[in-house]
Amino acid sequence: MRTYDDDVVEVVRGPQPGGAGGVYRAFGETLRGLKTTFARILEGPVTVQYPEEKVPVYPRFRGRHKLHRFEDTGLEKCVGCSLCAAACPADCIRVVAAENTPEHRISAGERYAAVYEINMSRCIFCGYCEVACPFDAITMGHDYELSDYSRRDLVFTKEMLLAEPLERTPLRAEGE
Amino acid sequence: MTPFAALDYYEPWWAQLAKSLVIFAVVLQMVPIVLMMERKLLGRMQARYGPNRVGPFGMVQPVADILKLLAKERSRPESSVGPLYALAPAISILTAVAALAIIPFGNVVDVFGTDVGLYGIDVEIGILYLFAFGAIAFYGLVLGGWASGSKYSFLGAMRAAAQLISYEVAMGLSLLGVIFTAGTLSLVEIVEAQRGMWYCVPQFAGFAIFVIAGFAETNRTPFDLPEADAELVQGYMTEYGASRFALYYFAEYMNMIVISAIAATLFLGGWLLPFGLDPPAWVHPFVVLAKIFGFLFLFIWVRGTLPRLRYDQLMSFGWKVLLPLATLNALVTAILVVTT
Repeated sequence: MRTYDDDVVEVVRGPQPGGAGGVYRAFGETLRGLKTTFARILEGPVTVQYPEEKVPVYPRFRGRHKLHRFEDTGLEKCVGCSLCAAACPADCIRVVAAENTPEHRISAGERYAAVYEINMSRCIFCGYCEVACPFDAITMGHDYELSDYSRRDLVFTKEMLLAEPLERTPLRAEGE
Repeated sequence: MTPFAALDYYEPWWAQLAKSLVIFAVVLQMVPIVLMMERKLLGRMQARYGPNRVGPFGMVQPVADILKLLAKERSRPESSVGPLYALAPAISILTAVAALAIIPFGNVVDVFGTDVGLYGIDVEIGILYLFAFGAIAFYGLVLGGWASGSKYSFLGAMRAAAQLISYEVAMGLSLLGVIFTAGTLSLVEIVEAQRGMWYCVPQFAGFAIFVIAGFAETNRTPFDLPEADAELVQGYMTEYGASRFALYYFAEYMNMIVISAIAATLFLGGWLLPFGLDPPAWVHPFVVLAKIFGFLFLFIWVRGTLPRLRYDQLMSFGWKVLLPLATLNALVTAILVVTT
């Protein structure tokens, strides 16, 4: 016959409320609480003072988009294929393509993006546009400070996306 | 017999005026400091900074708060009882400030060739004076809560009434031990009687009971049921705004300072220092202020630590634990004083 002696778990309980044991427990727990809060004073705050200090972002952080040019020729990488707009789940990218001509060459391909707009007030920063792009013309940057005074100002045009973005967000160093 | 016959020394009128102004000014300036200290310390206890935007280290924050409150429009609910509604905060602040008058910051010293006591007035019934004003203070809360014509205010006022009555008994009894031992009610003489041994040592039970009851009397956590921001939206001061709210707020912190000052005077030897240190008389007020701030730190520390009691816990703790303990303490002290 099997016995269950080994399965018995001794439960150690503190004194029940009431009586001398309860008073002792309440007193002890109060002191423990006071010790805890005092230790927090000594530890100091963990607050990051945001506008002055910023939490560094990881390299793969998906912030505001950037459009790129070829470094050697200065031509735009975007050929106006609209794959990013097709991939966009929030439908916030608008691309209008136009033909390159030999005397008016803007991108490396046959066509270029005459209009390239991203509505940042709708963008969900999923990064699908970056994945969809066959020429790595659009990537996600590190800037997350995108607030503005009017919705109109949140529609980023091609010039704004091509421009060298302000580096206002620190990048997390290796191993940080 | 003149009203000032209780003074056992002569003070010219200008000394009386000057010292009351100085005490008033200094202690009222402590309120913003305590406000700031509380918010900063609570912040640190919660691993954050607390206010740090207005002025250097946020030190001007209380000034900004007070100015904001004073600049706001005064309004009152239609259901409120006008005169009482306006009167109640005034009662609160009046009693809190009046209790200050008897807090001794030092003994009689020589100022410009005249003997001046470093306190508002040394009344022979010192502690009774305190309790008298403590009893009036509770009208401020109850009238304010009732006259607001709001159910939250009324509930808060009822709680305040029950709580203050319950804990005032224990508080009074806890001080009996000190009075028996010192054999006087005058706060100055009680401090002088503590030379050599502060009363927090022989009267440790009375001291603990006094501090706990003091938390309850000032409506501080864990006994802040009259305000109970979570359930009663600030209780008796729900309907108050602008400068009247500022008065209530001010009175709350003044009460904290007064209770701290009384505890420092009755149990921690007032202006006396331990280990036979005997500084010159001008240091005495600073010793008292340091002790007051020590108590204020305790108030804030406890607020940052303990949750609010339930109403039945509050009542049973007051009547079943504190009151018997305080009675026992007074009884044992009385027997010891008589037999030795």
